[in-house]
Amino acid sequence: MGRWAIAVHGGAGVDPNLPLERQEAATALLTRCLNLGISALRSSLPAIDVVELVVRELETDPLFNSGRGSALTEKGTVEMEASIMDGRGRRCGAVSGLTTVKNPISLARLVMDKSPHSYLAFSGAEDFARQHGVETVDNEYFITEDNKGMLKLAKEADSILFDYRIPSTAFETCGAASTESPIQMNGMPISVYAPETVGCVVADTEGRCAAATSTGGLMNKKVGRIGDSPLIGAGTYAGEVCGVSCTGEGEAIIRGTLARDVAAVMEYKGLKLQEAVDFVIKERLDEGKAGLIAVSSEGEVAYGFNCNGMFRGCATEDGFMEVGIWE
Amino acid sequence: MGWAIALHGGAGDIPLNLPLERRLPREAALHRCLQIGVDALKSNRSPLDVVELVVRELENHPNFNAGIGSVLTSDGTVEMEACIMDGNTKACGAVSGLTTVVNAISLARLVMEKTPHIYLAFDGAEAFAREQGVETVDPGHFITPENIERLNQAKEANRVQIDYTPPVQKDGIRDVPVPEGDQIGTVGCVAVDGHGNLASATSTGGLVNKMVGRIGDTPIIGAGTYANNLCAVSATGKGEAIIRATVARDVAALMEYKGLSLEEAAAHVVHKCAPKGTAGLVAVSATGEVAMPFNTTGMFRACATEDGYTEVTIWPLVQNGDV
Repeated sequence: MGRWAIAVHGGAGVDPNLPLERQEAATALLTRCLNLGISALRSSLPAIDVVELVVRELETDPLFNSGRGSALTEKGTVEMEASIMDGRGRRCGAVSGLTTVKNPISLARLVMDKSPHSYLAFSGAEDFARQHGVETVDNEYFITEDNKGMLKLAKEADSILFDYRIPSTAFETCGAASTESPIQMNGMPISVYAPETVGCVVADTEGRCAAATSTGGLMNKKVGRIGDSPLIGAGTYAGEVCGVSCTGEGEAIIRGTLARDVAAVMEYKGLKLQEAVDFVIKERLDEGKAGLIAVSSEGEVAYGFNCNGMFRGCATEDGFMEVGIWE
Repeated sequence: MGWAIALHGGAGDIPLNLPLERRLPREAALHRCLQIGVDALKSNRSPLDVVELVVRELENHPNFNAGIGSVLTSDGTVEMEACIMDGNTKACGAVSGLTTVVNAISLARLVMEKTPHIYLAFDGAEAFAREQGVETVDPGHFITPENIERLNQAKEANRVQIDYTPPVQKDGIRDVPVPEGDQIGTVGCVAVDGHGNLASATSTGGLVNKMVGRIGDTPIIGAGTYANNLCAVSATGKGEAIIRATVARDVAALMEYKGLSLEEAAAHVVHKCAPKGTAGLVAVSATGEVAMPFNTTGMFRACATEDGYTEVTIWPLVQNGDV
């Protein structure tokens, strides 16, 4: 029997001035999700079930940018996307453009298990959700007051905000602060509270790896924009050797085929998990900012990011556990 | 060194006894498209322009599964997708779910050059096409009688068919036996100039009888399409298998991380990573090598290099007595 390992994330690129209560709320949520995954692993659930379970929890909580709490499109609507991959057999499922499905990750799982395809999008994906009777809600359910404010701000800045939650105090007292921040992602300053995309990677005691990623995408994104999260090899990948979930500037992650490359340098270059993560963050991101979490089939866990902080948590069977935001 | 170009019109279970009336127009189209690409390279057009130009020609040809000639969804509609990538900058653009855009590949290029995003799909992509003023037509324009027939055939068989199964003839007799493994379409082009600049482009109508909203490998960077400073790759075949095997990126990754040559890397991915009967690809390297492996019965393909080599073929080449 191998050893299990699990990691979760709630986005990379964090405002250095993030209010303490926000930090505490994020840490509490990550800890709760990590413990949920650990319990499931101790009950011998397979890796693929564990990543789905944990990401559902992250989607259901409005704190991060997936499911409820998703960032808004230029039209003020929510369009969610997600993907899931089982390293054993490299089976995968992905969805984009969801507007009513409460848990996109579970629909991605259904695409993998119950359709002849790997990826369904927009109205076709919504139809498929209804055929399978998954829980759907009104689009309004996903929209939070915080995000309405952020969209307004983004529109005023006439820009696409990668990060979306400016603390209300900063917003009120110094609306121009965002242009003064030296830290940028996707060309935009991070003077904002910046959780994005959520994800989970798991290796179970049978050495099976799985990965899942879910997101609302960019604030003020064009209707129809697809990011890295649903793309196998970009935002999500799992194979025999590892499972990977990425977060950050989607376009840089796509160009870098980031998730696949962690696995590729392990397979083709013989790197260890942490070496592979470090290599990919350093060499494969051109100017982009991003972070990722990864587990190996041997029960190792690793993460890396080249931006200011990443909401993440990880644990292994031998008792290691860490939940953190900063470097 | 020197320029090189390769293009494909789909890999699949293309019967060896493909009737001449089905074979000749496709071979002629491959010849013509290859010539267009060669002329453009000789006129010093950038590889990015060349792959776009050639794929536009292939999209405009009704015998291939892209643009006009795209196969139909289970609802009898066309949903086209395409992707383009520049090897030097790794800039890329992709589109899915197009219903009225005449040349999907050119919209992918506009996404790359005129938006902050890489990938637009469905209504949002159609709206972007209108903003940019690209040529659009009624969705019915793309639907050929042959593809209506193919869809009916697929529905009768109650399965998702890959695009190029020969349709049943009007008198109800199949012109060739419908093979178990179905056949595959999609068009693509890769090119490199004499300075080692690379580009790749792929375009498709997807699968016959696909579910509405289905996205295949073609628009996914690293799956159906990839280019960097070492090589450019365009894949074709069963999308789901190509996505899992991240076929296009893996050719480049094997060169980058394992030091394989283009030919070795392409052969490894097609013969060792993708299941038999699922994939083919065309690839060129920065030094002007070409590879066109496939693990299906055949692949409509063509290539040319600066040193005068030209090939337009469908089935495996017989070399030294073995296939």
